Amino acid sequence: MSDPKQSRPKLARRDFLKAAAVGGAAALPQAAAAQQPAAAPPAPAGYAFLNAQEAAFIEALADHMIPADALTPKGTEIGIHIYIDRALAGAWGKGDRLYMQGPWKTGVPSQGYQLPLTPAQLFRAGIDSSNASCRKTYGKTFDRLDEKQREEFLAALAAGKITFDAGPPSRVFWTALYQTVMEGMFSDPIYGGNRNKAGWRMIGFPGAIAVHRDNIEKYRDKAFPNEPVSISEMS
Amino acid sequence: MVTKLKEVDAVVVGLGWTGGILAKELAEAGLKVVALERGEMRTTADDYAVPNIRDELRYVVRHDLMMDTARDTLTVRNNPSQEALPMRRLGSFLPGDVVGGSGVHWSGHTWRWTDMEFKARSMYEERYGKAFIPADMSIQDWGITYAELEPYYDRFEYTAAISGKAGNIGGKLQDGGNPFEAPRARDYPLPPLTPILASVMFDKAAKNNGYHTFPRPSANASRAYTNPDGAKFGACQYCGYCQRFGCEANAKGSPHVAVIPFAMKNPNFELRTHAWATKILKDSIGKKVTGVVYTNVLTGEEFEQPAGIVLLCAYVLNNVHLMLTSGIGAPYDPASGAGVVGKNYCYQTGAGATLFFEDRHFNPFMNAGGSNYTMDDFNTNWNFDRGPHGFIGGYNIGGGFNTALPIGYRPVPQGTPQWGRAWKSATAKYYQTAMNIGASGSVMANRANYLDLDPTYKNAFGQPLMRMTFDYKDNEHKMGRHAADTVNAIAKSMNPTAMNAATARTDPWTVVPYQSTHNTGGAIMGVNPKNSALNKYLQSWDCHNLFVVGANAFAHNASYNPTGPVGALAYWTADAIKNRYIKNPGPLAPA
Ligand SMILES: Cc1cc2nc3c(=O)[nH]c(=O)nc-3n(C[C@H](O)[C@H](O)[C@H](O)COP(=O)(O)OP(=O)(O)OC[C@H]3O[C@@H](n4cnc5c(N)ncnc54)[C@H](O)[C@@H]3O)c2cc1C
Ligand code: SF4
Repeated sequence: MSDPKQSRPKLARRDFLKAAAVGGAAALPQAAAAQQPAAAPPAPAGYAFLNAQEAAFIEALADHMIPADALTPKGTEIGIHIYIDRALAGAWGKGDRLYMQGPWKTGVPSQGYQLPLTPAQLFRAGIDSSNASCRKTYGKTFDRLDEKQREEFLAALAAGKITFDAGPPSRVFWTALYQTVMEGMFSDPIYGGNRNKAGWRMIGFPGAIAVHRDNIEKYRDKAFPNEPVSISEMS
Repeated sequence: MVTKLKEVDAVVVGLGWTGGILAKELAEAGLKVVALERGEMRTTADDYAVPNIRDELRYVVRHDLMMDTARDTLTVRNNPSQEALPMRRLGSFLPGDVVGGSGVHWSGHTWRWTDMEFKARSMYEERYGKAFIPADMSIQDWGITYAELEPYYDRFEYTAAISGKAGNIGGKLQDGGNPFEAPRARDYPLPPLTPILASVMFDKAAKNNGYHTFPRPSANASRAYTNPDGAKFGACQYCGYCQRFGCEANAKGSPHVAVIPFAMKNPNFELRTHAWATKILKDSIGKKVTGVVYTNVLTGEEFEQPAGIVLLCAYVLNNVHLMLTSGIGAPYDPASGAGVVGKNYCYQTGAGATLFFEDRHFNPFMNAGGSNYTMDDFNTNWNFDRGPHGFIGGYNIGGGFNTALPIGYRPVPQGTPQWGRAWKSATAKYYQTAMNIGASGSVMANRANYLDLDPTYKNAFGQPLMRMTFDYKDNEHKMGRHAADTVNAIAKSMNPTAMNAATARTDPWTVVPYQSTHNTGGAIMGVNPKNSALNKYLQSWDCHNLFVVGANAFAHNASYNPTGPVGALAYWTADAIKNRYIKNPGPLAPA
């Protein structure tokens, strides 16, 4: 068994320090926020849903899928793991707006999601099954794999080549997992991901500023220069 | 225990576009009107204001304004031999669930459907012969004409603040508009929106290919506007958060801006929110309806609201569901073709290409719901000869964006990795340098596409879910191929650096991802009670004091978005009730 706790206290502490350093940023008006040097919004660290093993998986996944480069810091520095944890801990994770009555049948793909699992349950089972699969192939859980092995496992998972022995269909898990990584990267930072609007900055998406009446002509075929603005910065 | 309330003149079930129009019109005509709306009140000031409305996760991904499938949903399958299973979460379509209905979060593309739809069967038979229409294609004439609806289209366009450019005023073609549209009495109330770059490029390319592009008519006010009733609209901000969001600027033609406030200030009107209608009651001989049973979803209490007239305005799907659960009209049987309720359910199809231009900068986050150009050459153009292509119906094509937010919109060329550094750099590069050209296509009615009650699954009120049996047929596949070819030819002529070509759809309809909330049929209008549920005034053939208003009345689905004729028919029905039915209650059309 791996001991994922090794890397996590460090991360937690870093998050805490960042959060402490920018405590009052939420109240900055739009213009002032734009002048600020890069500062992380105060997303508290720690997990509300994921257990240690699951957290290690999600952190490893986030950092593998979103590696640090000139475009963004790595996934855990953007808060993708925090986003996923909060989503699973919250109403969505618990099956809000999900029709949860049986009978349960597999159906055909065109009938959409048919598992008797809330998203939180799906992630729990999916992470467990992924780790079981990694252990079988590599002798270690996903978070302990080296970069090449992680890549190999994720590519197989995405291509539907991994079969979970007792778990849910691997493709269903992958689809949900991938979607939440994207949500963690591109949703408003209020949800714990997209820290410091890194995802928005990467693509030049301005966020919540949304009065473009004059900009259609002014920025026709030109980059829109503004620093992205998030909900908390406008509140 | 059902508490019986005091009778009112009219009860409106659902307060979106159709309910809003009818509630206002009938209250102004002096009727005591109660509206039952399952959702809650939401207002521009409290709910659609910046910054909170600018939240893609909440509104687009988590469907904050839309129906809650935990409480009520449908079961779905592609054909009668499959077992239908519940749509466990929203995907393909997104009906609304607050005061204003889907009219709050629509994009506003507003079309006038023409006699090419209303007389589809007779026009195709006359031109191509009876054998041209496949045996299982159950299209039929609607029993209404464009000329009858023209004043009501006008009414709706002026009410909903439509920006656009006329193409045909009184038979005289107008530069810059849709040359294929049917004659209109006057231009749109507002000039077209400013087109975005992607659309300017599409416009030029389509024109070079010999097509007739024009600005998409849309309920996004191109400048501040006051409608004939006095509703005030702000100017559209091209905010990029249009579809699936409420409009902060009150620039979107939405019922909670355009019509509902006038019902609300009329003492004849009462709105009950959180009121979920479960059943329409009939009298002992089943010739009239007597009222509506509903549950207050805040308390669980049940009420009976007796009424002289019942107006179902609960969106296509809920209207048909209520007819089926209340036993009004004979349910449709696909085996024999007998019965009418559930018949001719239709949807839409499409094909789209993504074009990448390394030297362009599109700013895809700046747009209005309809700030783009479109073309109708393969749709409302009877000169386009379908004969050699062997399909009925058509498609329109548009170029540009609408609500291109980053959780959902991240175009990359095919073959790009899904994660990692290469994914990041491609995503960063192409978000700004990609654009779309897309075709939206009609779906002709088919005997095997229908709505009925599911034998197994139930909603939160213990009622059977509605079962949707739907798939695309050969006609749609042929049209899809034609549409994909046209889109790709235009796209290629623009010389993009790279392109994900449009492909015709061949796989079955699926309940994910989002396609459009353009469901139609199930309680269709017509001239004969044997093959339609409603007469041309959307009045039930079975119970003359029941009107079923919405796209459920469409005998098939065109390539156009539905709300132009939905709104026009709501005014048409309101006039029929005000001017004729109230004075002389009874069937408004001979059976
Ligand atoms: C994302 C999106 C984009 C769209 N874009 C366009 C577009 O660009 N152009 C276009 O033409 N159309 C568009 N549409 C479709 C358009 O919104 C609908 O055609 C239109 O709103 C239909 O009006 P309606 O009155 O029939 O239903 P709605 O406006 O949906 O109103 C129905 C109301 O009934 C209520 N209701 C339902 N069941 C019950 C019940 N049992 N008891 C009580 N109340 C009930 C609902 O809560 C809702 O408020 C779009 C729709 C969506 C979802
Ligand atoms: S694009 Fe225009 S009409 Fe649509 S929500 Fe934004 S401001 Fe309103």
